Amino acid sequence: MAVPQPVETTFLFGRLTWQAFPLHEPIVVATFAVVALGGVAVLAALTWFRLWGYLWREWFTSVDHKKIGIMYMMLGLIMLLRGFADAVMMRLQQAMAFNGSEGYLNAHHYDQIFTAHGVIMIFFVAMPLVTGLMNYVVPLQIGARDVSFPFLNNFSFWMTVGGAVLVMASLFLGEFAQTGWLAYPPLSNIGYSPWVGVDYYIWGLQVAGVGTTLSGINLICTIIKMRAPGMSLMKMPVFTWTSLCTNVLIVASFPVLTAVLALLSLDRYVGTNFFTNDFGGNPMMYVNLIWIWGHPEVYILILPLFGVFSEVTSTFSGKKLFGYTSMVYATVVITVLSYLVWLHHFFTMGSGASVNSFFGITTMIISIPTGAKIFNWLFTMYRGRIRFELPMMWTVAFMLTFTVGGMTGVLLAVPPADFVLHNSLFLVAHFHNVIIGGVLFGLFAGIAYWWPKAFGFKLDPFWGKVSFWCWVVGFWLAFMPLYILGLMGVTRRMRVFDDPSLQIWFIIAGLGAALIAVGIAAMLIQMFVSVMRREKLVDETGDPWDGRTLEWSTSSPPPAYNFAFTPVVHDNDAWWDMKKRGYSRPLSGYRPIHMPKNTGTGVILAGLSTVVGFALIWYIWWLAALGFVALLATAIGHTFNYHRDFHIPVEEVTRTEEARTELLAARS
Amino acid sequence: MSANHDTATAHDRHDAHHAHADGHGHATLKGYLTGFVLSVILTAIPFWLVMTGAIENKQAAAIVVMVFAVVQIVVHMVYFLHMNSSSEGGWSMLAMMFTIILVVIVLTGSLWVMYHLNTNMMPGLHDMSEIP
Amino acid sequence: MATAAEKAVPTFYVKDEHDHAEGGSTMLGFWIYLMSDCLIFAILFAVYGVLGTNYAAGPAPKDLFDLSLVAVNTTMLLLSSITYGFAMLTMEKNRVAATQAWLAVTGLFGLAFLGIELYEFAHMIHEGATPQRSGFLSAFFTLVGTHGLHVTFGTVWLVTLMIQVGKRGLIAANRRRLMCLSMFWHFLDVVWIGVFTFVYLMGMLR
Repeated sequence: MAVPQPVETTFLFGRLTWQAFPLHEPIVVATFAVVALGGVAVLAALTWFRLWGYLWREWFTSVDHKKIGIMYMMLGLIMLLRGFADAVMMRLQQAMAFNGSEGYLNAHHYDQIFTAHGVIMIFFVAMPLVTGLMNYVVPLQIGARDVSFPFLNNFSFWMTVGGAVLVMASLFLGEFAQTGWLAYPPLSNIGYSPWVGVDYYIWGLQVAGVGTTLSGINLICTIIKMRAPGMSLMKMPVFTWTSLCTNVLIVASFPVLTAVLALLSLDRYVGTNFFTNDFGGNPMMYVNLIWIWGHPEVYILILPLFGVFSEVTSTFSGKKLFGYTSMVYATVVITVLSYLVWLHHFFTMGSGASVNSFFGITTMIISIPTGAKIFNWLFTMYRGRIRFELPMMWTVAFMLTFTVGGMTGVLLAVPPADFVLHNSLFLVAHFHNVIIGGVLFGLFAGIAYWWPKAFGFKLDPFWGKVSFWCWVVGFWLAFMPLYILGLMGVTRRMRVFDDPSLQIWFIIAGLGAALIAVGIAAMLIQMFVSVMRREKLVDETGDPWDGRTLEWSTSSPPPAYNFAFTPVVHDNDAWWDMKKRGYSRPLSGYRPIHMPKNTGTGVILAGLSTVVGFALIWYIWWLAALGFVALLATAIGHTFNYHRDFHIPVEEVTRTEEARTELLAARS
Repeated sequence: MSANHDTATAHDRHDAHHAHADGHGHATLKGYLTGFVLSVILTAIPFWLVMTGAIENKQAAAIVVMVFAVVQIVVHMVYFLHMNSSSEGGWSMLAMMFTIILVVIVLTGSLWVMYHLNTNMMPGLHDMSEIP
Repeated sequence: MATAAEKAVPTFYVKDEHDHAEGGSTMLGFWIYLMSDCLIFAILFAVYGVLGTNYAAGPAPKDLFDLSLVAVNTTMLLLSSITYGFAMLTMEKNRVAATQAWLAVTGLFGLAFLGIELYEFAHMIHEGATPQRSGFLSAFFTLVGTHGLHVTFGTVWLVTLMIQVGKRGLIAANRRRLMCLSMFWHFLDVVWIGVFTFVYLMGMLR
């Protein structure tokens, strides 16, 4: 289908014209109708129940790390639905498009879908979920009352939302990139992608990237500066350790992405010659640079989940974590090594034997600390009193699935093998194997584990188990066929196929995706059912799993100030140690607590950034300039506000703590 | 959190942030002036070397110029940015070391990878300067 | 075998807690931000390193660079660094007027630096050496321009801080901000050392 390519631009609307609305794509129009109706319904409900003021005061402008963490998780889960819808559409297309059938998606639409799927799943599902988890848990685990820079935390979140809004807007206004999730030039250059798709990609990621970098700086400072007295580095919980390393990776790699995308946008907007084919440009340099970001990104996603598995394994085995020190060193080694392997993503580019062998060997080396971690978890379980609650089930599923994914990764690390397997469905199966089996299963373990902490009641176990089995079986069904197809030489991102013998594998993979859809539905039902049955599932102790780290020492959900008294730490498993050595909760002597004030500046700044991004995408220069000036003015104006904190009065602390004392007394 | 030094003796943070944000060593007039004089010298010499062509061999000149740059960067770090191993409990230094390692990896890695790529993929076309 | 000390219940919480001084993490946080900024420059240097000889049959460094201009420019930046240092020293002695004066001088040197850089850019573009002309020129303008952009934002920030010091004096928050800008300013100096060495001096040696 011919794509409308409006050439003329107007001063007022840039290149935004009526043609930008994809009315010629019935699927998009139907989706738009559903989304619009749903959106209107939600907005109407919010207005009807007079929730706007409450949301603005208590959530949107909140600098409380717990609320921001929960908002990150909500964003991630909503975007998961979008990203998964893309996945289902691809599976359906590939299962259908045989024997001369074109399937139901045209090439222009299909190419946008696989690009959007990758971008959304990495940047707007995995990243928000991981960041949300770290935001919620880390300050509680280290006995702090908030993060180092609470305002920045709120701002970071809204920047992530801004990026997500831009990517979502591309669905109904214009188009998204058709380049694959890393937008390699020359395809992503202006000559081959002249319209707004790649610009949506660039500005969506740039806006969200600012948020990610700042939240990384924030959490590093929090972990370094705000640990409870007595918590030396080697007494930090493993999740805090992996979070520290993840945020170091974020701060040290996202600037690379920012720079590379800025150069690509210069090529597109100004006509420079960085990644062009002539005038001394070099598209390979883009590939080289973006993977210097891209490989650490993989570890940004997985490291925090290694932390989750460590916490879960040790809690549900009722044992101290086996090999704490080796776990810490393995994490640090992975952090550093993740910068030395980036070329394995483009062995076939042609750098030659010496370069390829170096990066092949470093890649194989990085599997050693990862393997050590797996053994640590196994030895933690060994002779433990294992309770197979939901978080533990996800952990076991992870160990089985992730190990397979890791093994296929080592296969791909061998350059000659990679020459055969690169760009094939084998690779697609491999990274879904580690991302679903590692990151997503870890996130689900983490959500099930910390949900009672966040809301004061557990998740319903029945629907949790339904979701678990659908996900695990669905995953294996969906991706094992891709390994087989990849070994047969089927390349990725194909829309139609000639060889009818391949179809059966795509149908099996489609069934797997359908099973995963049931798993996602079951998970949503699980959350709904749990909210409905919260009286039955309630946890009043604040420590439903017999936990080991500090977050379990406070109430569920924790008060705004987290801890009435800052804890003093004597052991790795601080809360376990407190329980063992007869800690009794202090009942008097409360003091007013110093806390940061809420502010709407973060929302405004992020909103303006999004507007600037939108204006740049559509070449609406006056709006971009105006938005930028407003952005600068608001940011400077904010620095003139010196009153950013307040004290929670001692009466309020006393009231909150005494209510908890009564609750605990009533239980016993 | 504000570390309470009476109750927490075992804690590892040597950074007393009660003594507000002065985490980056103590600046003195002498320090700034020393730094300034040194950087003037370290800037002037390489400029003079290149502008007069005092060293015939270009490769040798490039190496000398680079050495001066590295020394001057260290001078700036010490005298202007007041870098030392104890500011912020050593974390600033650690962050800087990590960054330097990454900068070296990124620079040398990119040059190495791209050089080999050009040699392998475009043999005979090494002189990119003349290709339009 | 448990000793008496182990049997006794240790302190598990801080009883007598004080408010922690605001901004205790700011300096470290800002330093970490600078490190991330440093990586942006590292990428631009790497791009310059790879594309820096791709003249596309266009002008080369020898045709374009005027080292005496660069030397003047470098002097401006170095002078602004030492005057910022003087501003910090007077700040520690709590002398508001002197601090403001030194900040103003620093700002002027910063503006002079920017002026010279813009003159150089305008001159090159006038001669047809535009950023679009070759990979080398794209990389050159982006690297040097990004540094210039940082100096521009530093100058805006400097003016903002002068207004804030004027309004509220050298209170703790303003001192902290001045120290952050100090790090930013000296950091830009360090980046400039890389620029004049790798771009200008070594460019002339090619």
